[in-house]
Amino acid sequence: MSEPVGRLNRRQLLQGASVLGLGWALVPGLARAQKKTVKLAFIGPLTGGTASNGLGGRNSFLLAVQERNADPKTKHHYETETLDDECKPTVAVQAALKASSDPAIVAGVTHYCSVTAIATVDTYHKGGMPAMVWGAVLPEITYSHEYVEITRVNGTMINQNQIAADFAVKTLGFKTFAILHDTTDYGRAHAKWFTEFLEKAGGKVLSTQGTAKDQKDYTAELTRAKADRPEVVWYGGLTPDGVRVKVQMDKLGVRAQFQGTSGIKSDTFNETTGPSAEGALAFVEGAPTEKLPGGKRFLEAYAKAGFKEPSEAYGPFAYVAANLIIDAVEAVGPDRAKVARHLKQTKNANTIIGPVEFDAHGQNTVPLISKYVSQDGKWVLWEDSEYASGKRTLPGHKFKKM
Amino acid sequence: MPPLELLLQQALNGVMLGVMYALIAVGFTLFFGVLDVIHFSHGDIFMLGAFAGLSTLLGLAAVGLRAPVAALPLAFVAAILVTGLVGVLAERVCVKPLARSSPLMTLLATLSLGLVIRESVLIFYPRGADPKPFPQLLPQGGFEVGGVAIRYENLAILGIGLTAMVTVDLIIRRTRMGAAIRAVAQDPEAAQMMGVNLDRTVDATFFLGSGLAAVAGILSGLYYSEIHFIMGITGGVIGFSAAAIGGLGNVYGAIVGGLLFGVLQTTSAALIPRGSEFRDVVAFAVVMLFLIVRPRGILGEQSVERV
Repeated sequence: MSEPVGRLNRRQLLQGASVLGLGWALVPGLARAQKKTVKLAFIGPLTGGTASNGLGGRNSFLLAVQERNADPKTKHHYETETLDDECKPTVAVQAALKASSDPAIVAGVTHYCSVTAIATVDTYHKGGMPAMVWGAVLPEITYSHEYVEITRVNGTMINQNQIAADFAVKTLGFKTFAILHDTTDYGRAHAKWFTEFLEKAGGKVLSTQGTAKDQKDYTAELTRAKADRPEVVWYGGLTPDGVRVKVQMDKLGVRAQFQGTSGIKSDTFNETTGPSAEGALAFVEGAPTEKLPGGKRFLEAYAKAGFKEPSEAYGPFAYVAANLIIDAVEAVGPDRAKVARHLKQTKNANTIIGPVEFDAHGQNTVPLISKYVSQDGKWVLWEDSEYASGKRTLPGHKFKKM
Repeated sequence: MPPLELLLQQALNGVMLGVMYALIAVGFTLFFGVLDVIHFSHGDIFMLGAFAGLSTLLGLAAVGLRAPVAALPLAFVAAILVTGLVGVLAERVCVKPLARSSPLMTLLATLSLGLVIRESVLIFYPRGADPKPFPQLLPQGGFEVGGVAIRYENLAILGIGLTAMVTVDLIIRRTRMGAAIRAVAQDPEAAQMMGVNLDRTVDATFFLGSGLAAVAGILSGLYYSEIHFIMGITGGVIGFSAAAIGGLGNVYGAIVGGLLFGVLQTTSAALIPRGSEFRDVVAFAVVMLFLIVRPRGILGEQSVERV
């Protein structure tokens, strides 16, 4: 008996089902295969003294890319290339050259250290590669040129030091300061701006000493500073050196308040300095990660992604930079020149750090500077701290009474 | 001119620094004295010693042994064993196979090994990129003498450092192995003809020098309450420079060189205007001066060209 036309036999049914099943299984892969692959670079200090910040930034960058790749609405598939600048200008220029000379790389989330960010500005410009700085705070990185390729998502040290100087003199009532800073562009510029605003606020600088980056021993400098009996020892430098300055201050019996910059505002500072960190002050652009508009979601996603290292203070900026670049690629396609122009015109972008808007120099106009104090091994927003409420007394105020 | 007590305080700071430099420098000078090699991973072995000491202390604390009297000696023993064995391994991998090659090859091989050790700590030690707090196990507090603040901790560090140096001196001068080391340093071929086992002597030298680096590493941790995986870079360069100032190949020269380097660094930071920016410039300029004016160092022997 012949089978009626239009009806399927069992074999045909099985074959059809197999094809359908295979097709179903392959759909996501095919869809991905249809998406054009775009490569993004991350450059930061993955080894060396500031590696903890670099790794936090890299992880945040990777998280942003993972999330966008998982989003079916994304038009492109993003691949990443992470490069280590070791927080050294020479290494950074090599990394910048490698990234900018790779035509597959459309844009980069670049540099935590000011010394590396300023050293590579020309490299990105010559290579025509859009580079968004995610952590370096030296003003000249955005304000010393008019390159369309360079933008910065975090703030500069100018506002930071104005707030820091006013707060120390006018709010906390400290008058005399010993300035210590590392001799990189970062440390020098911080010291310059802080001194300038400090003198305007009515504070007095008793001594200024520059020290080498990654210096181990600060006893000579601190002994010298101690002789002037300053009310505050201010340090312009990064976490590993800041840890040493603070620990050695206590060991030498320097009875002064310790105040640092955004460079020491890391979990590592509190963990390594231990009880010595109590009452230390630091200032950072933006709000604490958990208080950022999208900070809670970011921290949850970061924890879920299972990264070994914490995101640190500037991780959210790297995350936002990656997202802004991906937004630009999605909007204008993977063309370096178009992406650079698009990024430079960013206005009122909705991000986890709040609205981002670049001025004519590609600088995000972050209005907020947060003041932090180390309390029980954690950086606490000054306004939320027991020091501000009067429950505890800052070490500098205790010493003044002695 | 700063007041006298300030100068004395700076000199004391310099001596503290110098003790650690001297312990590293003795290793360099032993290796050079015996094998005529500059073992450039020695700075990273110093760092490894600090991390081995810290790991031992954390391990002992985990099993409830926190008393410094017991924990600290055990940490020293464990760290000396680790670095001593790594030192011997370094010699067998990077020095011995290249004995007939150009000295530059040994230099490159040991430099590379240093990089491997450093990056391994960065990658494999939990959160290796961060500076690590080192437990405060020595007595805190102190007293003042003539305006100079002296901490009990500093006295203990000086005591341990000096004990280590005297021990090395005794080993070299009073033991059979020490005699063998001295014999090989003078003339390896003649020493072998007299029955000295060259391989064992070289192993002992590398164990001794690397073990001293571990002592320096732990003392550095105790003094600064913090260690970091990059601490061996400058530690190594300064240790080598101290050995060169004192006279490469001379143990006492290395000790003098280490102390001198430490005092030079701190006093230049204290006496010269903006001196803290130039402390290393001044210290290394003195090294250059020594190499030009007195290439054999302070206590170095007159070099003799052997034919």
